[in-house]
Amino acid sequence: MEAAKLIAALTRIVRDVGIAEDLAQDALVAALQQWPNEGIPDKPGAWLMTIAKHRAIDLIRRNALFERKQADLVRDVEVQFEEPEVIDDDLLRLIFIACHPILTTEARVALTLRLLGGLTTDEIARAFLVPEPTVAQRIVRAKRALAEAKVPFEVPTDLAGRLASVLEVIYLIFNEGYSAIRPSLCEDALRLGRILAELVPNESEVHGLIALMEIQASRFAARLGDKGQIVPLLEQDRGRWDYVFIGRGLAALARAGEHAHGPYVLQAAIAACHARAHTPEETDWERIASLYETLADVTQSPVVELNRAVAIGMARGPAAGLALIDELMHEPSLRNYQFLPAARGDLLAKLGRREEAREEFERAASLTTNERERDLLLQRAASA
Amino acid sequence: MRVLVLVKANEHSEKLAMPTKELVAEMGKFNDELVKAGVMLAADGLKPSSAGKRVRFGAKPTVIDGPFAETKELVAGFWIWQVKSIDEAVEWLKRAPFGGGEEVEIRPIWEESDFMESMG
Repeated sequence: MEAAKLIAALTRIVRDVGIAEDLAQDALVAALQQWPNEGIPDKPGAWLMTIAKHRAIDLIRRNALFERKQADLVRDVEVQFEEPEVIDDDLLRLIFIACHPILTTEARVALTLRLLGGLTTDEIARAFLVPEPTVAQRIVRAKRALAEAKVPFEVPTDLAGRLASVLEVIYLIFNEGYSAIRPSLCEDALRLGRILAELVPNESEVHGLIALMEIQASRFAARLGDKGQIVPLLEQDRGRWDYVFIGRGLAALARAGEHAHGPYVLQAAIAACHARAHTPEETDWERIASLYETLADVTQSPVVELNRAVAIGMARGPAAGLALIDELMHEPSLRNYQFLPAARGDLLAKLGRREEAREEFERAASLTTNERERDLLLQRAASA
Repeated sequence: MRVLVLVKANEHSEKLAMPTKELVAEMGKFNDELVKAGVMLAADGLKPSSAGKRVRFGAKPTVIDGPFAETKELVAGFWIWQVKSIDEAVEWLKRAPFGGGEEVEIRPIWEESDFMESMG
């Protein structure tokens, strides 16, 4: 966090995240050299800021490009440096730069983890199972792209629109951690989300995303079986859910407000329905189905429609669910989506239409590339 | 990783003495920093042990009423933090507004990842 604050403050002065990161690095190196001999200063953060500030001013003085504006900039630095509101604002600007839409998604993820999460390129590479030079290159290119495009260091006027890109990056980091079972990435995403929530406390979608992540994180232990396999939500031992995370998730959802209905808030509200049920039977499926209906209106996603059909199947019986799923059978974007035949097979099995159920499970198995999933589907086909 | 930070009791916390206004304000500021850094998960202060009870498990459970004598072993409050390492937790704790001989203990919480590592 100290590093992120430094980089943010320096970016305001030098207007280039790459140079800012180098300067911040210099200041940290200076600290490593001086502190063991002279002791840690009373306010380490302020000490680092001062060192970095001097180096930034030196750099500006040396740099002819900045000559004309030099006097203004130096004054700017002197006046604004240590006010907490300014630091918070800088941090927010840095987040928007790291998640700028001119960058590819991979570049945004890498830059965000590097500049704001404080991860090394090596740590990012290991988390995403890509070679370290690939990550290093992504970061270098991203910084160059930002410099060439002269992206301004500011909080965008289109806050809600640009926020979507930031939230997407954070959720992507979380999901990578969640699906690849790398809890530390989930923690990074959660921390980034919480930092963001304090910076823009009036944006309901930020709280929605945090709520969604906290509730999903609460199931981390319960969703892992003893052989490392993923345990489906309805089969999880709810005693192993983490109720500190659930409590935090529900609180974040409440903070989003009753009338918010952005996609993250709605997904969090669905996750909350599961979190509130002490047993699978207590799940409020009618409410889940109606939340999916609103979510489908917002996202126009056939996958969401499929989830709604499943929820209706749980709330009003398999025949009602099947009727909705049958409407989706000709949806082109779901043609190769294994969860469609899997869900249909499930409903058919419940209706005792075993032959048709078996065919659907087999079709689902042929569509998946995940071996563990295929085994599970073939097993269901055999027992249908 | 998550850590439980245990603030040990002292004579002051064991009397029902409310903390001073200054301390409350400083602690509020510190907690605010923890929240802004995404570190804070939970925090609470505990009433003196005179308000508590213990249950001892022998052949059958026995209930013992507070207060309890061994003040230094008692807990007066706690935080749960999410941090990258125990070193980060130590750095945060050093910034906490204590200074009256308090002792505060940091204990990492067992995480699923610890079990995953042992499974290989």
